[in-house]
Amino acid sequence: MIYREAGQFHATYEEDLRIFPIRQDRIAFAGILLAAFVVIPLVGNDYWFNAILIPSLILSLAALGLNILTGYAGQLSLGSAAFMAVGAFAAYNLMLRVPHMPVLASFFLAGLIAAAVGLLFGLPSLRIKGFYLAVTTLAAQFVIEWALTKFAWFSNYNPSGVISAQKMVILGYRFESPVSRYLLTLGLVSLLALAAKNLVRSRLGRSWMAVRDMDVAAEVIGIPILRTKLTAFAVSSFYCGIAGALWAFAYLGSVEPQAFDLTRSFQILFMIIIGGMGSVLGSFLGAAFIVLLPIFLNVAAHSVLSSGVSQSLASNLELMVFGALIIFFLAVEPHGLARLWQTGKEKLRLWPFPH
Amino acid sequence: MSKGIRTPRTLVIAGLSGFVLGLVLAAPALGQNEQFIPMTSYRVGPYAAGGSGTFGGFIDYLDMLNKRDGGINGVKLTWEECETEYKNDRGVECYERLKHKGPTGASVFNFLSTGITYACIERATADKIPVVSIGYGRTDASDGRVFPYVFPLVTNYWSQNTAKIKFIGMKSGGMDKLKGKKIVNLYLGVAYGKETISILDLQAKKYGFTIMHVEVPAPGDAQESQWLQIRQAKPDWVILRGWGVMNPVALKTAAKVGYPRDHIIGVWWSGAEEDVIPAGDAAKGYIAAAFHPSGTNFPVMKDIQKYVYSGGHKGNLEDPKRFGTIYYNRGVIHGILNAEAIRTAQGKFGKKPLTGEQVRWGLENLNIDDKRLKELGAVGLLQPIVVSCRDHEGGGAVKFQQWDGKKWNLITDWIKSDQSIVRPMIEESAAAYAKEKGITPRDCSKE
Repeated sequence: MIYREAGQFHATYEEDLRIFPIRQDRIAFAGILLAAFVVIPLVGNDYWFNAILIPSLILSLAALGLNILTGYAGQLSLGSAAFMAVGAFAAYNLMLRVPHMPVLASFFLAGLIAAAVGLLFGLPSLRIKGFYLAVTTLAAQFVIEWALTKFAWFSNYNPSGVISAQKMVILGYRFESPVSRYLLTLGLVSLLALAAKNLVRSRLGRSWMAVRDMDVAAEVIGIPILRTKLTAFAVSSFYCGIAGALWAFAYLGSVEPQAFDLTRSFQILFMIIIGGMGSVLGSFLGAAFIVLLPIFLNVAAHSVLSSGVSQSLASNLELMVFGALIIFFLAVEPHGLARLWQTGKEKLRLWPFPH
Repeated sequence: MSKGIRTPRTLVIAGLSGFVLGLVLAAPALGQNEQFIPMTSYRVGPYAAGGSGTFGGFIDYLDMLNKRDGGINGVKLTWEECETEYKNDRGVECYERLKHKGPTGASVFNFLSTGITYACIERATADKIPVVSIGYGRTDASDGRVFPYVFPLVTNYWSQNTAKIKFIGMKSGGMDKLKGKKIVNLYLGVAYGKETISILDLQAKKYGFTIMHVEVPAPGDAQESQWLQIRQAKPDWVILRGWGVMNPVALKTAAKVGYPRDHIIGVWWSGAEEDVIPAGDAAKGYIAAAFHPSGTNFPVMKDIQKYVYSGGHKGNLEDPKRFGTIYYNRGVIHGILNAEAIRTAQGKFGKKPLTGEQVRWGLENLNIDDKRLKELGAVGLLQPIVVSCRDHEGGGAVKFQQWDGKKWNLITDWIKSDQSIVRPMIEESAAAYAKEKGITPRDCSKE
């Protein structure tokens, strides 16, 4: 009833090419942006910024990066956390060693460095596919973590190999308070998400999808496989690199290479599987699911159950319920939460008078 | 028809989930005369044995204080657990979740994780909540002038390490005999594992032994190649800087390549029952450092047994057989030191719930002498400790214990660490941190 597109006509090409062709979607999205940029900073508290919103946003960005590579271009990767590590350590070293380095520039350059590394590890994708490619990106995961641990130069000879991120100062303003760090993260993530959304609708994005769906056919119609696959690796690693830099600078403040271990790569992969492959929205939904659900379960287990159940049982229950929910959601909708949302929208258009 | 039923059913689901959410978010009613201590425990994952044992002892000790004395000077102790899984991001979430609980907020954090401690030092300093890290990093936080809110009490890694080299010297017949010896440092490739590399290099230069650092990638469940490397090098001693599952695997693999276990010396995070029992006979003769012994033969342990575990009471331990093990006793020490800091702070600020800032004062002025240890019933369990503005470590001595296949036996008395090596390194490292972060170290004469 309220979600009816009847009467909305697209008279120009611009109108036809909009990200949200339906007016209700545009209003809802503007509302979400307004809430994220204005309402939440006004009503949120330190806990929400520091522990919930900032990490979810950063991991959404990393998931978005992987989604570009895996969801859109069809190249399975297990190295996303390693590219995050490259971004984090690159930003730290740029800030440390280049005098008068602006923070945002160091993030951008860190993203480019991660992209270069991603490009390098993307080269095998020209010869190998699918699970075999996953194994070679696994090599990236191990090699990068090893290198960052092995060569103390990367962590400025810190005895425990931990880097402490520098203060973030932009135009004289110090991004120290939780709300300012949240806004900075949100700003960057929104910009990059917008860029990603447009990228996947562009010629490049369409060639990624063509390669994903069938690379021989794509080659036959004249899509250069080499360039397409490598740009996917570069763009994906760029996103992961920025996410890594934010993880160190805006979230934890100090990181060791082990913060970006294989478990993190898996976590990001699960995010896009649960959220939805080949969907920008899915990256955000998946990240929210993977980050927030364990925290919610932990709160629930430790406050509701605390009266009767032992703490060890509560902690283990948490993992079991989490696992069961993952299976449940994938059984209900193998294409992820984004598809669930899509189906919901279809239903909503007909509500309350379905055929 | 079937569509018609849907709406009420979703309503029921929504109502139910709303009810659960309400239960979750409703803060428990808190009494005013209570001191809140957050428990950032971990009971799942590869390091669960350390987490459940230590936090078990910690909570049981506080529980005993509540039941025996009604808290500390009439102020009841309360706590809430939060599962960190030994992961930094989960630890930060727990920190943020618990820091404002209780009438005066969280009094003191004990993360039992080097990584989480690193991630929370700046947050806690800004929030004015002390972080206690008993027997783990960050080591240079022993310099209280730069780290006012961080307390690596009892001993830190570097102190332990000098004591260990002293022990090897004793075994070899004098420190001068160390010349030409070959020692392997087998460490877990995380922040915790790497913390002693620099001090070992320094001592190698000073005493003339050669040191070989061999890294085991976390979590350390496969070490064949490392031990083959060690067998080729034929070292006189192996220092095992392991944690969790790495320890039994190291002992078993050492047995496989035929390296004598009584020449392997573990750090105190490698010297609990859970580290050796899974290795079976391969662990016999293995030596480990300790800043406290295992056992139940202390008055404080008897009190815990009496008030927390007998007469139908159920303590925090899932398996009561772990009572008196190394990790459990480490938890009791956590309890004693935290409670004594609160007691000390109450002496200055009054017998009421205290803020983190006030508890910080208590930690900095903590003075547990032999007499106080006797009153606490912890003679032999804990060493005397004097904390000051300059020195946030307070103790610094280490004992060594050997596993006989059934239990840990102490084989030395307290071995003093070599502060002439450790302290300059701590000050240098802390000064570098202060410079990086733009911190002006406090002037301790004005405290």
